[in-house]
Amino acid sequence: MSDEIIRVEELNKTFTGKSGTIVALDGVNLSIRRGEIFGIIGLSGAGKSTLVRCINFLERPTSGRVLFQGRDLAELKPRELLLARQSMGMIFQGFNLLSQRNALQNICFPMEIAGVPRADAKKRANELLELVGLSDRADAYPSQMSGGQKQRIAIARALSTSPSVLLCDEATSALDPNTTRQILELLKHINKALGITVVMITHEMKVIETICNRVAVIDESHIVEMGEVKDIFIRPQSKIAKQLIFPQGDDAPNISKAGKRSLRLVFDGTSAFEPIISQMTLDCRAAVNILAANTKNVDGKTYGQMVIQLPEDEVSAARIEAYLKDRSIFFKEEVPENAECDTGRYS
Amino acid sequence: MLNAILVGILETVYMTVVSTIFAYVIGLPLGVILYVTDKGGTHPILWLNRVIGFIVNFLRSVPFIILLVWVMPITRAIVGTTIGSTAVIVPLVIAAAPFIARMVESSLKEVDLGIIEAAQSMGASSFQLIYKVLIPEAKPSLLVGSAIAITTILGYSALAGTVGGGGLGALAYNYGYIRRDEDVLLVTVILLVIVVQIFQEVGMLIAKKADKRVK
Repeated sequence: MSDEIIRVEELNKTFTGKSGTIVALDGVNLSIRRGEIFGIIGLSGAGKSTLVRCINFLERPTSGRVLFQGRDLAELKPRELLLARQSMGMIFQGFNLLSQRNALQNICFPMEIAGVPRADAKKRANELLELVGLSDRADAYPSQMSGGQKQRIAIARALSTSPSVLLCDEATSALDPNTTRQILELLKHINKALGITVVMITHEMKVIETICNRVAVIDESHIVEMGEVKDIFIRPQSKIAKQLIFPQGDDAPNISKAGKRSLRLVFDGTSAFEPIISQMTLDCRAAVNILAANTKNVDGKTYGQMVIQLPEDEVSAARIEAYLKDRSIFFKEEVPENAECDTGRYS
Repeated sequence: MLNAILVGILETVYMTVVSTIFAYVIGLPLGVILYVTDKGGTHPILWLNRVIGFIVNFLRSVPFIILLVWVMPITRAIVGTTIGSTAVIVPLVIAAAPFIARMVESSLKEVDLGIIEAAQSMGASSFQLIYKVLIPEAKPSLLVGSAIAITTILGYSALAGTVGGGGLGALAYNYGYIRRDEDVLLVTVILLVIVVQIFQEVGMLIAKKADKRVK
């Protein structure tokens, strides 16, 4: 397991307060690979912020282990723990920039803590300003910057000590959709260019589908589902994952009154995004009726399901099936759920 | 007479400024300790917090005029006399330091907890957290506090005039009260008001200049 950078084993965290004991995390296991973008999604109060704080030991777990680069954080001496934290950058929903320092000084801050000589720190800070596209804002104070700019500075700051992991706690939740997209692109670029592992905590499925490779779904202190983003998108198992993927409440498309034969197509991202259906109708010279569709574009590929109704003409129907097989698109015949009612109506 | 008033002004400024400096030398660290050792602070040590908290509250509840007389043995031990402007500095510092400690504590409490968490996530030690995050981030608020502290100390220093201290307070007491010279009383009051105004306004101006949050 040399490609594993963070390992969480049987993590429990409880908070004891006046109103009794609150279980924030219960038996959480995670394995995050070096260089991936790993998402942790859940509704507010699910425990995801506590989880990310356990990863860098801002919160000490009640029980269980957190291994960072193979070393158990609980066994580190206080000084070693501070050094370990310097190799884990973190950005926040509220940016948390030092309000009395300008952009450049903010980026220099973690390097001051790490004892980097001032001249070197300044040079690196300027490089990072360029990386995040804000070279012209070096002298600006946080109060003079927009939310997106502040998050860029926060990213530059988190990267200044060349960490191997970047923890993002709801990093885009305070930003508008457009700025969110730009910040996600920046994070993706950093992940690719610097090979840094990114852990994204979010409650927005959009964030996960835009940049994450793998995702863990957390609900009521438990990890309820974990795997490749596309797998979870195609077949969400848990109630919470379904709810997050299809917020309107519509599950995978469900057809109750399919009079003629209908097929359920599954797009699993292996076929690049192309106008499959229109190409099919042209090639097979047969019209199909799209009864339902729920597809999403992830990483430029199509995921999801679609239900189409075949033409009555058997020859055309066979041609379409052959076409789909040829394109290796997975499909299966849709059996109407309440077929009896339908027949009744047709007779 | 004019000469006496001039000397009075100088003595008042001398007592106030020197006392404020010494009071901060003691009060600032105390305030920081009160903040960091508190429950939910960056380095909670509850017993220490309670002990310092008790001493601070105790000294703050003793009226200054009583403290002034009470600490005379300490004053004599340090300065060698209990009369004059320099001697008054001792009770002024003892009275002002706890007050300053509480003001520093409240200024530090205004610092956004998210910023502290961010610094911790970068691996800042408790000490770095204090001098690189807490104090710089609280600086504008600390400066406002010091403007309030210096004017309060100035008010105390006038009171010290009644038991042998110097400055405008002594002038007002000796000429205005003992000799019933109301003109001197009026002049000293006006001068005190002017000195307080200057300290207050300059302090607020510096605080405003130092704050990078509003532009």
